[in-house]
Amino acid sequence: MKLVFAVIQRVFYAAILLLAVIVLNFFMMHLAPGDIADSIAQTMGGADEEIMKEIRADYGLDKPFLTQLGQYIFKVAQFDLGYSYFYTQPVTTLILAKIPATLLLVITSQILALIVGVLLGVQSAKNPNGISSFVVSMLALFGYAAPVFWTGILLLIAFSLKIPIFPVAGMYDVMVEGSFFVEALDVLKHLVLPVVTLSSIFLALYSRLCRASMMEVLGSDYIRTAKAKGLSRNEIIYKHALKNALSPVITLAGLQLSAVVSGAVLVEAVYSWPGLGTLAFNSILSRDTPTILGILFFSSLVVIVGNLLTDLVLRLIDPRMRGSE
Amino acid sequence: MKEKENKEKEEKPRHPLSEVFDMYIRNFSAVCAMFVLIVIIILAIFGPSLYPTDPFEMVWMPFSPPGQEGFLLGTDYLGRDLMAGLVHGARVSILVGISAAFMSVVIGITIGALAGYYRGTIEEILMRLTEFFQVLPTLLFSMVIVALFGASLPMIVIAIGLVSWTAVARITRAEFLRIRELEFVMASRASGASDFRLIFSVILPNALPPIIVQAALMVGSAILFEAGLSFLGLSDPNIVSWGQIIGSNRQYILDASYTVTVPGLAIFVTVLAISLVGDGLNDALNPKLRRR
Repeated sequence: MKLVFAVIQRVFYAAILLLAVIVLNFFMMHLAPGDIADSIAQTMGGADEEIMKEIRADYGLDKPFLTQLGQYIFKVAQFDLGYSYFYTQPVTTLILAKIPATLLLVITSQILALIVGVLLGVQSAKNPNGISSFVVSMLALFGYAAPVFWTGILLLIAFSLKIPIFPVAGMYDVMVEGSFFVEALDVLKHLVLPVVTLSSIFLALYSRLCRASMMEVLGSDYIRTAKAKGLSRNEIIYKHALKNALSPVITLAGLQLSAVVSGAVLVEAVYSWPGLGTLAFNSILSRDTPTILGILFFSSLVVIVGNLLTDLVLRLIDPRMRGSE
Repeated sequence: MKEKENKEKEEKPRHPLSEVFDMYIRNFSAVCAMFVLIVIIILAIFGPSLYPTDPFEMVWMPFSPPGQEGFLLGTDYLGRDLMAGLVHGARVSILVGISAAFMSVVIGITIGALAGYYRGTIEEILMRLTEFFQVLPTLLFSMVIVALFGASLPMIVIAIGLVSWTAVARITRAEFLRIRELEFVMASRASGASDFRLIFSVILPNALPPIIVQAALMVGSAILFEAGLSFLGLSDPNIVSWGQIIGSNRQYILDASYTVTVPGLAIFVTVLAISLVGDGLNDALNPKLRRR
């Protein structure tokens, strides 16, 4: 019951955050030089004052500010984010077509970073002066300092140009056609480099935190009890300690979500991955304001929903979190 | 170790900064990093006058590889000297990094200090605001700002500063929450110091060490951020920066990978040096927090 209440509270809070994003979008739209009428006029090749007035009336731009804000929130709540004059499509349709590719990239790279990061972290906690500790420290330095697009380009040069194992760009090969399995394998092949690039930033973060929290947990009383019981080292670490050492790592992973989405934008640009980032890149080049703002809205939605899910996972694996509400 | 320090203190009271300096000097990698950083900064300040080739001018055949024809790093797709771009771009990249970090530190300290000092409703509102900015995908938000309001250098600094203050705000708040309960603050309060005085000249100086470390790291993140924006084509086209070189050459990595890898290396080395200096400062300023 407590859990249900806490979840409802979190969902309510997430809705408020989303509302704030919508309001921010609206303000940016208003503060930016030029409005919808201007951009329509531009695609029409110019329009006189009369027509501009008509367009503004059509879009309700002559109404008072607060009315416009209310109407905008109402529209966005129904997922109506306007129309892209560049792509001649509703923004929502456009974005929904691109979201799966970005989600695939973001989720796969987070899972990879978490698994490898935790394994590395555990290894180096077991052996603080060993080689894995060194790897973790080096990764942490590299992960922080290397521009993600640069890492991507280096990997691209190494594994697509010099040693052509992986495809250079995109998500599918037009030539590959066949059963679902064949096509999935093709996507997987395209996915490898972008995922490795994106996870390189977070791998370092997670492994460092996992090492620290694992070392802390290993020093606690119940671990000594487990040792005294005569359990093997691996049993203690993977069955008893890991569960507790994991929750700060998952908390951090949740906090990193907005950084992951940001990183995905750059990685997509490097590998021409057909997701939100590439769309954002193209719509900024073509000054397609409704689409840009739509992407900001949907990517914030992804982060907010992701945070909500992280919170739920934490509550499920860590009973201490449930008690604290 | 501790005894020795105590003894030193008894013998002669030393300036706190000289102690920090002593701690810092012991950290080998931090000293090396500081050295590298100083070289880069000197290069950024004096480089353009020592190497006056215009980075926008076509000086030779496009795509001539490094080391040939007298151009140390070769030329890009328009035949522009890459070395000139690197030397002239250093100034802009570092300047943007420092100004954006400064802006976010000012915003972060203000919000964190007000939240930590006043508590209550003010804290609630300001922390919610901080969380809101943590949820926004930072790069996309700055892309939107730069795309809507124009890709000028000040706008890029604002766009970066506006999205990266959350960490400073959280650290400042945590420090304020801790320090405001300490006795010397109570004493100043009892002797009638105003809120403004308490915040800025009593609590803030004592909260500074972790903020300084964070600020140093943030210069690095801001340089990365600017490079990312430039890579996406969101840079002032009339001003050369490291990211801008990468962004304008990125279509040609198949023909001339060095036009992209070399400026990237410059960013990597600079940010690496900054982060090692940050780590060194962290150890020197917070010796108690030092682990292992």
